[in-house]
Amino acid sequence: MKIANDEKIKQNPKAKTYEQPVLQVDNLEVTFKTYGGTVQAVRGVSFNIMKGETLAIVGESGCGKSVTSSAIMGLIPSPPGKITNGQVMFNGRDLTGLAKNELRKIRGADISMIFQDPMTALNPTLKIGDQLIEGIMQHTSISTADAKKKAIEMMKLVGIPNPTERMKQYPHQFSGGMRQRIVIAIALMCEPELLIADEPTTALDVTIQAQILELFEEIQQKTGVAIILITHDLGVVAKIANRIAVMYAGKIVETGTKREIFYEPKHPYTQGLLNSVPRLDLKGKPLEPIEGTPPDLFAPPVGCPFTARCPHAMTVCEKIMPQQTALSQSHGVNCWLLDERAQR
Amino acid sequence: MAKYIVKRFFIMIITVLLIATLTFFLMHSIPGSPFNQERGTSEAVQANLEAFYGLDQPLYVQYAMYIKSIITFDFGPSIKNPNQTVNDLLSRGFPISFELGIITILTALVSGVTLGIIAALRHNGFIDYLAMTFAVLGISIPNFVLATLVIQQFAVNWGILPAATWSSPAHMVLPTLALATGPMAIIARLTRSSMLEVLTQDYIKMAKAKGLTPFRIIIKHALKNAMMPVVTILGTLIAGILTGTFVIEKIFAIPGMGKYFVDSINNRDYPVIMGTTVFYSSILVFMLFLVDIAYSLLDPRIKLNAKGGE
Repeated sequence: MKIANDEKIKQNPKAKTYEQPVLQVDNLEVTFKTYGGTVQAVRGVSFNIMKGETLAIVGESGCGKSVTSSAIMGLIPSPPGKITNGQVMFNGRDLTGLAKNELRKIRGADISMIFQDPMTALNPTLKIGDQLIEGIMQHTSISTADAKKKAIEMMKLVGIPNPTERMKQYPHQFSGGMRQRIVIAIALMCEPELLIADEPTTALDVTIQAQILELFEEIQQKTGVAIILITHDLGVVAKIANRIAVMYAGKIVETGTKREIFYEPKHPYTQGLLNSVPRLDLKGKPLEPIEGTPPDLFAPPVGCPFTARCPHAMTVCEKIMPQQTALSQSHGVNCWLLDERAQR
Repeated sequence: MAKYIVKRFFIMIITVLLIATLTFFLMHSIPGSPFNQERGTSEAVQANLEAFYGLDQPLYVQYAMYIKSIITFDFGPSIKNPNQTVNDLLSRGFPISFELGIITILTALVSGVTLGIIAALRHNGFIDYLAMTFAVLGISIPNFVLATLVIQQFAVNWGILPAATWSSPAHMVLPTLALATGPMAIIARLTRSSMLEVLTQDYIKMAKAKGLTPFRIIIKHALKNAMMPVVTILGTLIAGILTGTFVIEKIFAIPGMGKYFVDSINNRDYPVIMGTTVFYSSILVFMLFLVDIAYSLLDPRIKLNAKGGE
């Protein structure tokens, strides 16, 4: 058994050379220094995303999804946080090595972010109009009048009626769903190539969630923006993702297309995650939770982090970190069960 | 808003009348009379004097006369200095006191807020600790102690600033320093804690994600929200500065209203006491009103309405 396919698999997504990836994250590691020790929040995450594609990063709370997105944006509070290893290549430039000023030019202009809670993401003391135009005024030499025109256009795009009047209003005069539309409009003002949506629908009720997700699809069709969707809601993922990366304890444990992840999940964690979603056809039966809790990221296990909760754990799992095994061009899984080198 | 202002105006009038009434009865409950200190005046002369100023009348008549003087804003002549009226004293002293007050408030506000922001941005750093140590000192030292300290150091030991009076900008430095340090320290501490809270808010993270410059994020996004608690205590601070001026004016021999106020109480100079009290309380009530208006300007969620609620 030779460790043969690692290199190949890593390059596999690149094999689709008909399109350059917008963003390539390679072996990203982020740590946070605290009084209790160093938290290894993200431990070597690699993925990429193409133009016009939606990649969903799913996983439970504390698995490092949001830290990954903050790291891409260069928004890791430092100290205590630090990107200790890896690259974030955006259009051929490594964002982790950029100076603060350079990063600021990309942030909000080429890469935008949508936050989880629209009730708190807007500044309560500033008019919506000001909050819409300030980003574009910062990044381009556009005139205020043109910026306002553009803002009205964007508000129309995200489905806000009477945009001209609404520009002069304050956040508290909008409902939750409307505020999230505003947040999306703000993110789109500079026509970014990449949109990172960090749990964009978690704070909204279900009917509004559906509307916002449809809006994402519509915007992507119109603008070709690549979307990284960070969520723990598999329903949302099923609706709009093209590809899915499943994260656990600071690592990506399985990646694949939506179909591959939902219909042929190979990693026990992915399977457990899917089993724990309520299903209409299993009405009356209790949900199947994943037993146990995620590992302590102050001192993560040397082997597979899921070992302690895994129903199929083997001796090797505890000792050696599994490498990625390619099951198809798009489907990869980090699990010894699928690695032929593992001793059963 | 207009309705609210009208309603507030009436409440302000009632407040001032209540303060005036309280002062009147408190004043008259203290034994003594303006003429006690006049040596060598016979009983008859004193009685004549009291009759002249209406002090022999029953209290309710005096009270009615007094209310009338408030409404017409004519407090008559001072008992101690009969050649000048209370209105003369006020119009002479007020501009100076006003100058001292305004300079103090602005100094306290600008330096306090700046100090608070710097401390918040350098949270738990050396500058933060330094600023907060300074703030605790500022809060703990009473202004009259500070006044004598700065006079000793700057005017006597170093001789770089004048010790008293109010005639040039250089004369204003020490009184302002003595009076502004306390409020500045309070504002600095409040700005710091409020700023620290605001800086963790999502909209600050969002502003960062927009790629805005740190300066713009602090000034445009953080400061306005962080100012709410500061505005809240500004009313109280103004009251503190106002009463502080009495002492500071006395120490620095500044010919403002405070001097007349303190002297008038020592002399039982009833018209002057009443005039200055009504004047001071009117200013204070008006300042508090301005603070409330400032609230609604800072935070659009606060709507002022005639019901007095938010």
